[in-house]
Amino acid sequence: MNQLEISGFLGAASFLAGFLGALSGLGGGVVIVPLLVLAFGVDIHYAMGASLVSVIATSSGAAAAYVREGISNIRIGMFLEIATTIGAIVGALLASSSPTRLLAVVFGIVLLYSAGMSVRRRKPAATDGPPDRIARMLRLDGAMPVDGDWIPYRTRRVPLGFGLMFGAGTLSGLLGIGSGAVKVLAMDEAMQIPFKVSTTTSNFMIGVTAAASAGIFLSRGYIQPGLAMPVTLGVLAGSILGARFLTRAKVKTIRIIFAIVIASLGVEMIYNAFSGRLS
Amino acid sequence: MQVLSRNDSAIDKRIGILLRVGVLLSAAVIALGGLIYLSQSGTAIVSYHHFVGAPDGLRFVPQIVREALRGNGLAVIQFGILLLIATPVARVVFSVIAFALERDWLYVAISCIVLAVLIYSLIGHAA
Repeated sequence: MNQLEISGFLGAASFLAGFLGALSGLGGGVVIVPLLVLAFGVDIHYAMGASLVSVIATSSGAAAAYVREGISNIRIGMFLEIATTIGAIVGALLASSSPTRLLAVVFGIVLLYSAGMSVRRRKPAATDGPPDRIARMLRLDGAMPVDGDWIPYRTRRVPLGFGLMFGAGTLSGLLGIGSGAVKVLAMDEAMQIPFKVSTTTSNFMIGVTAAASAGIFLSRGYIQPGLAMPVTLGVLAGSILGARFLTRAKVKTIRIIFAIVIASLGVEMIYNAFSGRLS
Repeated sequence: MQVLSRNDSAIDKRIGILLRVGVLLSAAVIALGGLIYLSQSGTAIVSYHHFVGAPDGLRFVPQIVREALRGNGLAVIQFGILLLIATPVARVVFSVIAFALERDWLYVAISCIVLAVLIYSLIGHAA
């Protein structure tokens, strides 16, 4: 294929990924790497580079909207970014010494996990109970708008959340993804923050986390502008359009369909790693 | 609580605008670079099947800026990507200032740690 054809096909496919990612709330970034590797035969390191750049674009774009609505907790985000950015550097350094097969298997597992997370039932967060000592020291408790009122919430198990966030950052740098599914897990399950807050705060953090590994990706030559250009512009345009349709679409159905797509990509990544098609 | 409470919508709004402007500006530069690149070498056969790494001129900030100023399409795309990477970094810088204005020194320190990690990642490997 020549560069014009590659740009056209990749741009269109990335647009679709961004559109479905925004509609389903799962983010398009997680499907970019398998899409490039499996459908276009792109080397996994280049695919990770292009994916990481698109993740920064969609995260910053979406975070702009959330910050203005005042749902994300900037203190929680900033504190946990210490863990995610250090993790991201560790992950990016590990990526260059990891063989393609290993990266593909880890990626497959993360895809399966993300698919499972996206269809799970969410339980409401606790709003009462004793305050957490560390959360109080760091002033992580907050309030969120519900029907025009400000409802306070508490943050718990800060060290566990911090540790999980380090893991989320490492995966982000290792695979060139936002790893929003792990971030939301750390905040929802471990720290018990209301999911509206955890989802938006996670989105807020993804860009900063990705920027930490982007410097290393760039200097190692993972970011090929010829690939990153159509992917980033496609995903960004798709996600902006997807966010506009969000209020009118049947989100649940789309979520399930997209989860199935993600899961099958995960199986295919693992299968290809073991069958030796990726090396 | 001030940063997330309703009293600080002005700071929130500015951070929101900063992120949006950063993303749209970088997207415009990336698109411009794409147009230059595709108009010059759109019919070139390229392969991304095997990893050789982006050329040195597209890996480090000074070289990228120099090549972009010469009108190299790929370098202009890469410069747009640098702007995109700088957007969340600028957000952290902004947070340091916002927390300092609130005299919240604990969070000034936390934001500075994050900023230091980001700077290490961006320039610590330029050798």
